[in-house]
Amino acid sequence: MKVRSIEELREELLKGRQEPERQIVVSGGTCGYARGAGEILSALREVVSSRGLGNQLMVKETGCHGFCEVEPFSVVRPWGYLYQRVRPEDAPEIVEATLEGRPIERLFFCDPVTKERIPKAEDIPFFRRQNRLLLGDNERISPEDIGDYVALGGYRALEKVLREMSPEEVIEEVKRSGLRGRGGGGFPTGRKWESCRRAEGEPKYVICNADEGDPGAYMDRSLLEGNPHSVLEGMIIGAYAIGAHEGFVYVRNEYPLAVKRISTAIEQAEAYGLLGDDILGSGFSFRVRVVRGGGAFVCGESTALMASIEGKAGEPRAKYIHTVESGIWGRPSNLNNVETWANVPLIINRGADWYRQIGTEGSKGTKIFSLVGKINNTGLIEVPMGITLREIVYEIGGGIPGGKRFKAVQTGGPSGGCIPEELLDLPVDFDELTKVGSMMGSGGMIVMDEETCMVDVARYFVTFLEDESCGKCVPCREGLMQMRRILERITRGEGREEDIPLLEEICEAMKDGSLCALGRTAPNPVLTTLKYFREEYEAHIREKRCPAGVCRELITYYIDEEACTGCGRCLKVCPAEAITGQKKEPHRIDPEKCIKCGSCKEVCQFDAVKVK
Amino acid sequence: METVELTIDGKKVTAPKGSTILEAARKNGIDIPALCYHEGISPYGACRLCMVEINEGGRDRLVASCIYEAKDGIEVRTSTERVNRVRRMAMELLLARCPRSEVIRQMAAKVGVERTRFPERPPEEDDNCILCGLCVRACREVVGVSAIGFAYRGSKREVATPFHESPELCIGCGTCAYVCPTGCITFEDKGNVRIIWGREFEMQKCKVCGRYFAPVAQLEYIRKKAGLPEDFFDVCPDCRP
Repeated sequence: MKVRSIEELREELLKGRQEPERQIVVSGGTCGYARGAGEILSALREVVSSRGLGNQLMVKETGCHGFCEVEPFSVVRPWGYLYQRVRPEDAPEIVEATLEGRPIERLFFCDPVTKERIPKAEDIPFFRRQNRLLLGDNERISPEDIGDYVALGGYRALEKVLREMSPEEVIEEVKRSGLRGRGGGGFPTGRKWESCRRAEGEPKYVICNADEGDPGAYMDRSLLEGNPHSVLEGMIIGAYAIGAHEGFVYVRNEYPLAVKRISTAIEQAEAYGLLGDDILGSGFSFRVRVVRGGGAFVCGESTALMASIEGKAGEPRAKYIHTVESGIWGRPSNLNNVETWANVPLIINRGADWYRQIGTEGSKGTKIFSLVGKINNTGLIEVPMGITLREIVYEIGGGIPGGKRFKAVQTGGPSGGCIPEELLDLPVDFDELTKVGSMMGSGGMIVMDEETCMVDVARYFVTFLEDESCGKCVPCREGLMQMRRILERITRGEGREEDIPLLEEICEAMKDGSLCALGRTAPNPVLTTLKYFREEYEAHIREKRCPAGVCRELITYYIDEEACTGCGRCLKVCPAEAITGQKKEPHRIDPEKCIKCGSCKEVCQFDAVKVK
Repeated sequence: METVELTIDGKKVTAPKGSTILEAARKNGIDIPALCYHEGISPYGACRLCMVEINEGGRDRLVASCIYEAKDGIEVRTSTERVNRVRRMAMELLLARCPRSEVIRQMAAKVGVERTRFPERPPEEDDNCILCGLCVRACREVVGVSAIGFAYRGSKREVATPFHESPELCIGCGTCAYVCPTGCITFEDKGNVRIIWGREFEMQKCKVCGRYFAPVAQLEYIRKKAGLPEDFFDVCPDCRP
């Protein structure tokens, strides 16, 4: 049924819809499923249906809420209790307690810092400090139900644009909002749209870049899985503003749930006439196709992505002629990232003036980061631009586990930089991150503690990038390979005094000479670790020592006789039979036999296994 | 013809609108080194030797001159310290990749690189290929068959036939070998047979002089494409009246 207005759509979708007030919500993104959300949903639904409680209680699956640390979890409404690490066995108790309006204290979130149990999601510091303009609806929407999106005011922005605004006015509004591209480049979105609108050539294309490839970054997946219609609505509005009638969602093939949910959303939008010909009777037509990614990290680069849509190998080309003028098949093409598109309906609904109040001078709005690594509260966080790294790490992230010391945070994905402790008060926005040698990138944040070796970190990222470089241009292909070899030598204790200046020389040539942004930013992990942690490189090279105790060739495991109780756990787990000792007497590691796998250190409950 | 006027190394030059900086420079007798460029093939921007520093609208930046369009009023400097740093590093990296290639050694010497600080590829791995892609582009654009392409990515990238098998689409013309700047693609003519990319091609014998002058597959391809009569290539070009 094609609708002529959103009011008509609301009536169609929401008539007779009555949801019970009491709801048990389960976070059902890919990550939730990996931790058992599917089993919990089945168990809860089984209890509800077998007891015929369907009209009193609703079990609802939503997209990811972002709090990975306590997955799988459920939120019980109307009270907002959050139950952490729920198991299928908990289902009967959760159902009963919810019917009685009674909380289950044993399932409350336990704050890693204060050890205090916190009943409600909204009071947990992880959520309290965020500003979840985009992620917030992930908690309320069933991703495959367009009715949920519409009930929350979805597609109102589209209607407003089609009825009341000219394309130029839409562009002006987006320009005024100060929205910058969330894929990493940070280019002003409104200006990009304007260039594409003005570019000569037909047809024009809009593209949603959902080829999220940074290790440890998953905000785009979460948005596509949790609230696909918001991305779609943003794209339709953008297409209207630009004058495009065809669009592509280029999504990683490794994201099957995201592919499924955005495809479902497109079908639903088509069914109601929100996509297709004459949208809402406005005369404007627009269609979207899902293209599954070619499986390469570099396909997230806009020109490589467009080559991939054309059916060619995903290799970047120089952007001297911008893609807004000559993109897919040489036609004007406007590419924005998932998160950028999702911001658009918000800006139209609430206005550029409202949006501009959030964030910093040069970076407006919120940004979603994936906070991972050595951090207590792993998860996706949405914060206003300008928040400090310290607030993110210590207040939202709950600090470093095991009482260890913070060492660095790596932002911006593999070609971002490592930011040290002395810069923790840095306000996070596009320009500040670039100033310290890192970048916003797609918003990955990997926290590292004192047991992380920064030379090893640089080696890890350079190895990743060497694998993922397309290999077209000389500096990136050959430079990354030689850098990886040098870094490997250093971590093996075979570093030479001239290695550091040589690394710096390669980095400079790559920054200036590489063809695309992958190669131009690839030196960042090396340059920032050299800038902020040079003494670690020097310790490896001059003293053949790894200060963090990570690089295998440079460390020795030993047992602290004072601390060892002779429990024998390490002896049992050692695969090299390098540990000897009588029960209840201190054990010893034979350094000749030890293969430095670290298993003994992992199992020791008395912190008696040491590294030097 | 519409032209643009720009400055290259302090010299005012004009060039047809739409030409690249590299074309404008070479047309005016200014040399810019390049390895992946050929005037008959679309530019690619991969070797990065042709990088130049330009000033456009008050902003200095490095661009690959083989793909950057020559525009009115831009100032181009072909040999600044920044440019030379990139060129020297690119050549040092290529010299480690192909230490036995005379062309690479000469080109390196030209930009001031006599030796490489990186470990050289051992002889058994060294195929002299610098991955400039001239062969791949020539096969696609000039010949029009796309018999070879790139395989793998990053430092594992190589030029290969599909699945490393005997190339079905190849017509044995040898254009790839002809454009290869380092001579790493070769073919062998043994009487009535040409061997290239591991495939044997039957050669056409000239009815007049008796010389085996070209692969039958290539002549068939040309004949069909140009709509020539069936006996057109019975005689070699030298014996044709």
